[in-house]
Amino acid sequence: MTVENQTPLYRFVLGLADDSVVLSHRLSQWCSNGPYLEEDIALSNVALDYIGRARMFYQYAAKIEDQGRSEDDLAYLRTEREYTNLLIHELPIGDFAFTMVRQFLLDVFYNLYLQKLMDSTDETVAAVAAKAIKETRYHLKRSEPWIRQLSEGTDESRSRILRALEELKDFVGELFHMNDWEVELVEAGVAVDRQSLQADWDSYVQAFLGQSDIAFENSQLQIRGGRNGIHTEHLGHMLSEMQYLQRTYPGLQW
Amino acid sequence: MQATAEQVIPTVNPVYAERRRHRGASEHQALWTILDGVFDPELPGLTIWDLGVLQDVQLRDGHCIVVITPTYSGCPAVDAMSQDVVSALNGAGYDKVTVEVALSPAWGTEMISPTGKLQLASLHIAPPQADDSPDCPVCGSSHTEVLSQFGSTACKALYRCQDCFEAFDYFKRI
Repeated sequence: MTVENQTPLYRFVLGLADDSVVLSHRLSQWCSNGPYLEEDIALSNVALDYIGRARMFYQYAAKIEDQGRSEDDLAYLRTEREYTNLLIHELPIGDFAFTMVRQFLLDVFYNLYLQKLMDSTDETVAAVAAKAIKETRYHLKRSEPWIRQLSEGTDESRSRILRALEELKDFVGELFHMNDWEVELVEAGVAVDRQSLQADWDSYVQAFLGQSDIAFENSQLQIRGGRNGIHTEHLGHMLSEMQYLQRTYPGLQW
Repeated sequence: MQATAEQVIPTVNPVYAERRRHRGASEHQALWTILDGVFDPELPGLTIWDLGVLQDVQLRDGHCIVVITPTYSGCPAVDAMSQDVVSALNGAGYDKVTVEVALSPAWGTEMISPTGKLQLASLHIAPPQADDSPDCPVCGSSHTEVLSQFGSTACKALYRCQDCFEAFDYFKRI
């Protein structure tokens, strides 16, 4: 199906599914590589929550599309240019500080976003949001102490937090950017006005980091394109790993 | 000091009370009873009813429809539980069984039954607490510390008792 034929609701739900599956895959790359066993398990569990979220959105997207494609087809058989995740989700895991800073920034965002999405007039979208926000509240309770501990730990840990913030700040703006089809859906009460969340997000993140004497200012630069299939160089590499099995052995089942 | 019923269950919360009322009003008591033989694959001894996963049972023209809600959205045990529901009902002579996985209402720890909380405590898994500071399920001490926000499964966190030094799982409150 060409992009022109896709309904706004399909593009909207697919975008949310892609955000979740891409972040989930990134987090799962810590499995067996975590700094210690408990952290290894924790990151894998957060990844699991996101894969669950992705499945619920993909199943719904497949139903809306009604072309006989399954959730697996959408995840494993679309190319990089067909993926519509926001770019911040696809950046490589970097070091532990980078992974936790990204998670913290996203946890704050999703706490605000899902809270609003629960009021969606679309019943399925609202139900997924109601389920996901319980998990996201918990994720924030876990990422905050890490940011605090690393920010106020050694010079080394603090410098890594600062470097991660510097690398991530240009990708934050895309979280609050509205695409045309999303604007349409906001009017119908289905989607959330992302722009309206920015002030709350800014003040929360700035206050939290401020307590560790970190001044965080929004970047004037917004790197974006994910929702239109324009990605960083990293997504293709990630998908080649994630999709390898289905591409090599089409239709393979567990 | 072992955890006792009074410590674990101060009151029956409204969410569980509603589940119990719904079950009590059902015409298909026999089916609910059969499903009391289906356990969570990762929490031995805890039935899917006590865990709050089992939401509804219907019988239409000899066709059983069982509605379950997953604890966490990515819970890998859902498939195993669905298969166990089907085999339990098949074993009791109900050949046509459909398991529906419902997203709504979203599962929460308040859906766990009082029996389920006791069962958790007896497995040395601390039941969910309003303030997220569980007592040690082994010695009862309130001096416990969190080791990791996630334990062996997504629904649990890992704690340690500062008195008896036993590490234990805590069933997270969501």
